[in-house]
Amino acid sequence: MHAPLPARTEPQEDAQRLKIVIVGHVDHGKSTLIGRLLFDTHSLPDGKIEQIQKACAAEGMDFEYAFLLDALLEEQEQNITIDTTQIQFRTAARNYVIVDAPGHKEFLKNMITGAASADAAIVLLDAREGLQEQTRRHGYLLSLLGVKQVLVAVNKMDLVDFSQETFNQLEHDYRAFLKPYDIDPLAFVPMSAKHGHNIVKPSDKMPWFSGATLLTALDHLQQPPAPIDRPLRFIVQDIYRFDERRLIAGRIESGQFKVGDEIVFSPDRKRSKIKSIETWPAEPRQTEAFAGQSVAITLEEQIFVERGHIGSHLDHGPVEGRSFSARVFWLHDEPLLVGQTYTLKLATQQVEARLAKVDRLMDSATLAPLNESRSSIGRNEVAELVWQARHPLAFDNSDVIQETGRFIVVQDGRIGGGGVIFGAQYEPAANAVRSAHISWTDDPVSREARIDHFGHRGAVIWLTGLSGSGKTTLAVALQSRLFRKGIAVTLLDGDNLRHGLCSDLGFSDADRSENIRRAAEAARLLAESGLVVITSLISPFAKDRQNAAAISRKAGIPFAEVYVSTPIAVCEERDPKSLYKKARAGEIPGFTGIDSPYEPPVNPVLELRTDLMSKEQSLEHLLRLAEQIAHRDSMPGEELAGFSI
Amino acid sequence: MTHLDRLENQSIFLFREAQHAFKNIAMPWSMGKDSNVLIWLAKKAFGGHIPFPLLHIDTTYEFPEMLEFRDWATKEYDLKLIIKINEEARARGIGYETHDPVTVTHELKSVALQQVLAEHKFDALVTGIRRDEDSTRAKERYFSPRNAQFEWEYKDQPPEFWGQFTTSVEPGEHVRVQPLLDWTEVDIWRYIQKNNIPIPQMYFARDGKRYRSLGCWPITKPVESNAATIEDIIAELQVTKTSERAGRAQDHHERNAMQKLRAKGFM
Repeated sequence: MHAPLPARTEPQEDAQRLKIVIVGHVDHGKSTLIGRLLFDTHSLPDGKIEQIQKACAAEGMDFEYAFLLDALLEEQEQNITIDTTQIQFRTAARNYVIVDAPGHKEFLKNMITGAASADAAIVLLDAREGLQEQTRRHGYLLSLLGVKQVLVAVNKMDLVDFSQETFNQLEHDYRAFLKPYDIDPLAFVPMSAKHGHNIVKPSDKMPWFSGATLLTALDHLQQPPAPIDRPLRFIVQDIYRFDERRLIAGRIESGQFKVGDEIVFSPDRKRSKIKSIETWPAEPRQTEAFAGQSVAITLEEQIFVERGHIGSHLDHGPVEGRSFSARVFWLHDEPLLVGQTYTLKLATQQVEARLAKVDRLMDSATLAPLNESRSSIGRNEVAELVWQARHPLAFDNSDVIQETGRFIVVQDGRIGGGGVIFGAQYEPAANAVRSAHISWTDDPVSREARIDHFGHRGAVIWLTGLSGSGKTTLAVALQSRLFRKGIAVTLLDGDNLRHGLCSDLGFSDADRSENIRRAAEAARLLAESGLVVITSLISPFAKDRQNAAAISRKAGIPFAEVYVSTPIAVCEERDPKSLYKKARAGEIPGFTGIDSPYEPPVNPVLELRTDLMSKEQSLEHLLRLAEQIAHRDSMPGEELAGFSI
Repeated sequence: MTHLDRLENQSIFLFREAQHAFKNIAMPWSMGKDSNVLIWLAKKAFGGHIPFPLLHIDTTYEFPEMLEFRDWATKEYDLKLIIKINEEARARGIGYETHDPVTVTHELKSVALQQVLAEHKFDALVTGIRRDEDSTRAKERYFSPRNAQFEWEYKDQPPEFWGQFTTSVEPGEHVRVQPLLDWTEVDIWRYIQKNNIPIPQMYFARDGKRYRSLGCWPITKPVESNAATIEDIIAELQVTKTSERAGRAQDHHERNAMQKLRAKGFM
């Protein structure tokens, strides 16, 4: 039933491997096509066909080429390809990896995972059914994902009597659909995967078709070249100090550099010359590097560089800004909500950004723009959105440099969706970052201007609890986490205050009250200037804490009382400063918890038992509280709900 | 850039992303060809240093030549090495003499791995699995989360694209980082050849037989071969239609054995 092919000839040893993804609507025949390609190119291990045939017989089913792929039991039961899988085959020209991406709408995230890494795509179309929802959607997604080389295989031609007219109409319709998305398919091939027409051999049933068979069309594709001729983008992954060297490790996404080049690291715009490119083994020495290479360099000057920075040459740097527009596809069950803040990852940068607005929403079946106004984007929807980041980041328009022009959105610790940036202005955008500072001039600075500047409002997070309960440890860690998220934050620590602002005060009840009052006023002043203030004070008396809350709230500053409620036995056991020991020995009179009372908060917004929770868990709660209380849209004085644990 | 250069650079990128994302990484090492390539790539990624320990899950059914190689390479590369045996299962008498290979593999490899993860609280494992080895491995991600029961949710995996990965784990969970996922068996051999990477001699033919994949001695069978050099092996792979793991009995003990093993935490 199959004409034997000539014996396999081997591709050249260092021939590139081409990764192709096969997409299209469910049931349009992907698995059959792949099974056919494997069979016709003699790429199956010995015994595979016999094994599948035996399995089919055992289950009372007819053998199908599709089963060659569906090695997992579940798939055979459902007849749906659940996840992307990768299959190798080879022709005389080169090696191929086929990414079999599922066509079922439910599995869009798997299709994206597969297609995003592909060098080229085959869109499969059922000649009887024509353009379906997934045919359109996958075409659009290929454009978003940056897959430029597309072949369209019109399958099941045997079921439309090999009609040239049907084929021509489909080609016309699909080309018209793809044109606005800048996809120009290299070829349309009429074929039948099941019967082997125009896969490897030209079909005698379609003499009207003079184009290449699918396999020949594949062999004519090119490996997309690494973007060496684009401006340099060196994304920093990490700084290593495993020995005496300070290695800046990262990947060149586009362009190239050589030792001696001056590099600017955005967004901070610090510059230095490249001193060396470090390799292991050290010989031969490398003096230049290109797009696609993972390298480690040392710099002439010891400038501040960290993960997330993008190195470029002085001219043709990336855009720096806080606001950008992007086409986004959403994959998570939870909808994407306007007004919410999300973590975005762009190259190695991680930023908090607010979804500011929906510019345009597309109908999920036809991809036509919808006129309805919406504040959420559901699973499998695509839209054009405006984002507002907490602090400036470096990026490109994706049509300038793809690798630094796209980002993912994190939802529940997983990749929730992806976006590609468009329409950013290179020079004016850089100025816009600078103009963000203009508000610090002659006019009085309004609270709104400060909120716009910082991307959040000022607030006070008041940590109270016994000595040794973990207040300062948590406060320091919280400060560090918030700072890294781009939040302007500061810490008022009881011990430090007593060395300066409150150095005239002792430990009588009256002095303790005055100590808290001064701390509360200082916190209010700092919060009014736009900062998130974390305080770490024992603050044992309920009355003093109520007073502190009133000082902030009267000024319109949100105030959150957090009770670090570690039991005294644990605190005494920890005793980091040996204070309990001294208090027990009578060396410190009036020590809270020993011979002076601690009045626990009646209704704290958050209570943390550091003896029961890990530091990381406590921090998670604190971070959530901080995000909510400092959110630009939060209402000062509003009850904070849901934090008691 | 050649094909091997592309693979090497991608693997280095993955190593560095893992090093940034996780606090407590370990790299299982079977002393097989793939895990020796991993060591080489890790050295390249981190400027000649490997900033995390290697982990040998010793089933007590190791080929003596492999143990000899392990001890030599530990010194040669200056490795931090943790050796783990599931003593509890051995004490219960679990062994190939009395049990089927799926059970033994699960107990002496997967369970041993669970034990050592719990002991050291590792949050990521760098593994040498490749997509071309097995149809279930073909569906893997570069960063593949495992829950606290070590289960792999292969039906509902998080998406992964644009060099962004799943890096957050809950306590007790871990992520498998798989820098060799895109490599093939031939790629591994060409890379070993190009860089002159040391590997155990059992891969080369002696008396008309060689090992193509190495595991526990009672369930690992050599293949008929006269390939005595890497060139011979590459030439052999160009024409063979036998799968790489054909000599590994646990894969073929029952239908879907590999899938069942992997869903429960096997590499």
